[in-house]
Amino acid sequence: MKTKFTFWRVVFLVIMTLGLYSTFIRYTRGLGAVSNMTDQFPWGFWIGFDCLCGVMLAAGGFCIVGAVYLFNVDSLRSVMRPAILTAFLGYLLFIVGLLFDLGRPWFIWHQLIYMNPHSVMFEVGMCVMTYTTVLFFEFLPNVFERFNLKRPIRWIHRIYPVLIVAGILLSTLHQSSLGSLYLIMPTKLHPFWYSPALPFFFFGSAIAVGLAMTIFESTQSAKALGRHLELSVLVRLGGALLVALWLNALLRFEDFFHRGLLRQIIKPSYEAYFLWLELSLSFVIPIALLSFKKIRLSPNGLYLVSVISLFGFITNRLNVSLIGFETYVGHHYVPKWTEFSVTLMIIAIGFALFRLAVQHLPIFPGDSEGLLEKPAGRLNVALQAVSPAFEHAGD
Amino acid sequence: MSKALLYDSTICIGCKQCEQACATQNKLPYNDTIAAEERQSEHKYTVVMTKGDKFMRRLCMHCEHPVCASVCPVGAFHKTKEGPVVYDVWKCIGCRYCMAACAFSQPKYEWGSLNPRVRKCIMCPDRVVAGQQTACAEICPTGATKFGDRDDLIREAKERLRQNPSSYTPRIYGLNEVGGTCILILSSQNVEEYGYPSSAKLGDTPIPEYTEGVMERVPDFIPVWSLVLGGIYWISHRRQEVAEAEAAERRNSLNSKNGGGR
Repeated sequence: MKTKFTFWRVVFLVIMTLGLYSTFIRYTRGLGAVSNMTDQFPWGFWIGFDCLCGVMLAAGGFCIVGAVYLFNVDSLRSVMRPAILTAFLGYLLFIVGLLFDLGRPWFIWHQLIYMNPHSVMFEVGMCVMTYTTVLFFEFLPNVFERFNLKRPIRWIHRIYPVLIVAGILLSTLHQSSLGSLYLIMPTKLHPFWYSPALPFFFFGSAIAVGLAMTIFESTQSAKALGRHLELSVLVRLGGALLVALWLNALLRFEDFFHRGLLRQIIKPSYEAYFLWLELSLSFVIPIALLSFKKIRLSPNGLYLVSVISLFGFITNRLNVSLIGFETYVGHHYVPKWTEFSVTLMIIAIGFALFRLAVQHLPIFPGDSEGLLEKPAGRLNVALQAVSPAFEHAGD
Repeated sequence: MSKALLYDSTICIGCKQCEQACATQNKLPYNDTIAAEERQSEHKYTVVMTKGDKFMRRLCMHCEHPVCASVCPVGAFHKTKEGPVVYDVWKCIGCRYCMAACAFSQPKYEWGSLNPRVRKCIMCPDRVVAGQQTACAEICPTGATKFGDRDDLIREAKERLRQNPSSYTPRIYGLNEVGGTCILILSSQNVEEYGYPSSAKLGDTPIPEYTEGVMERVPDFIPVWSLVLGGIYWISHRRQEVAEAEAAERRNSLNSKNGGGR
């Protein structure tokens, strides 16, 4: 146990050192020195991975909040706080990523005063700012509970309906708008990925990823922290994931069909290979695996499926943002190692912050009274009280 | 009245004086090495490309419906009524959406700078507003690059096509592409050979329409979707309340029954 811990600590230190070196290069010698971006490839790995994938991987927050508060899926309450935490950290780190990628990050606030409502990027920017704020408030009760601040919890509780509705609304806009960004590039993006339905794809896949990510992160943290994880929760998420994957797959198929691409996508080509990789990882393999009841009921199986589909959707985002432009540009874009190292550093910081938070805040069930879950708690108590009555009613 | 440039590659002699004049006008470096560069960059707004004895110029097209102006989140680009699409560097945050979105890949970036700017031909807006020609048109010794009102230039281009149909490919590139541009090109070769996107691919639809149609729906989407979500929340919440209240009632009646039996 001790050696494992030091191993990860060494890995963390190496990642941080390389990342800080790249950060130094970024802010002393500019974007050209730190990345392989060019005039032909103005958006590189940082946009493709840190931004598009980062926001997608943070989708668990709104998915679980929506399930719990809009559809009363009480069984998911136990994974709601980790999901909100992941989303909050995801958005914070996404903003950190932006500070690397923007050419003039010190003017990021211009977004607030020089608004151009025609721009999808403007919508993206506004959503990032407002949703991060909402996530901050959704996250705050953890801190209040930790320090036993009763009154602020009550305040948060009062605005919670607004937070929930605003959070889901902003997520809908934000996730889909990342797809809308590419609608302006019909002549540049390869037809496999350029579709008028891009905003729908991005939103739909965000829901699937939100579910997969919740399976991944709660299994992972349960393992790391030696906590018990209820199988019923995972099974429920796995079932929802299967439905979400099917719906996404049908949507994609429909799109290929309508645009008459079915024959092209099965013909081998550079783009087709990446499309096959994406479709098999995000749809074919996970759906096939989840069709087995044995896998649907096994924690390891669900974990595996979630990881595979996460890789699939990451491939999708990278295809849309990078691979899909290579034919137009006429050459390949391969990120420089310094680009990778910055991304790795951001991810490492994310893991470290997540760990810190779960160690010191009541994120997981049993960590505290869970004042936020009070209504459900009351309901459960009530139901328990009623159950004898129901039994009698059956007689 | 929108101003424009008509470039006729059949008259061009490839002297590259337009490149030099452009560099001088925009305070860009210019020497033999840069003159030999056959592509645009942050220090080369316009380029004259050579293929045998044929030449072709490239520069920002100054679209009638510019994509860069539509996509910039801080509105750092705008189309002036005189025609030029200009850039306000002090607004720019460096997201490079303009570069990713431009169908002609015109905006270039100062990748080596710590406070980088987007660079592209701005069609000498100061000169144009003052009623002068652009620097490139003024210097051009053969009139291959001609400055004027867009409508006049279109008329003239059509006239040249009519009089010498054999010397040209039968089209004015920029007349209708992406809704029309302020750079009009007449040529004996296909401009696509020089890196211009094909007319067929570009289409006549202004490209900003692809996203502005989506963005227009956002103001309607926000209240509708909020109402839907709020409604679902209210119903779910109400159900929960009712369930709780009923449960409490049952418990009470159960208690009172038990109490009565005692």
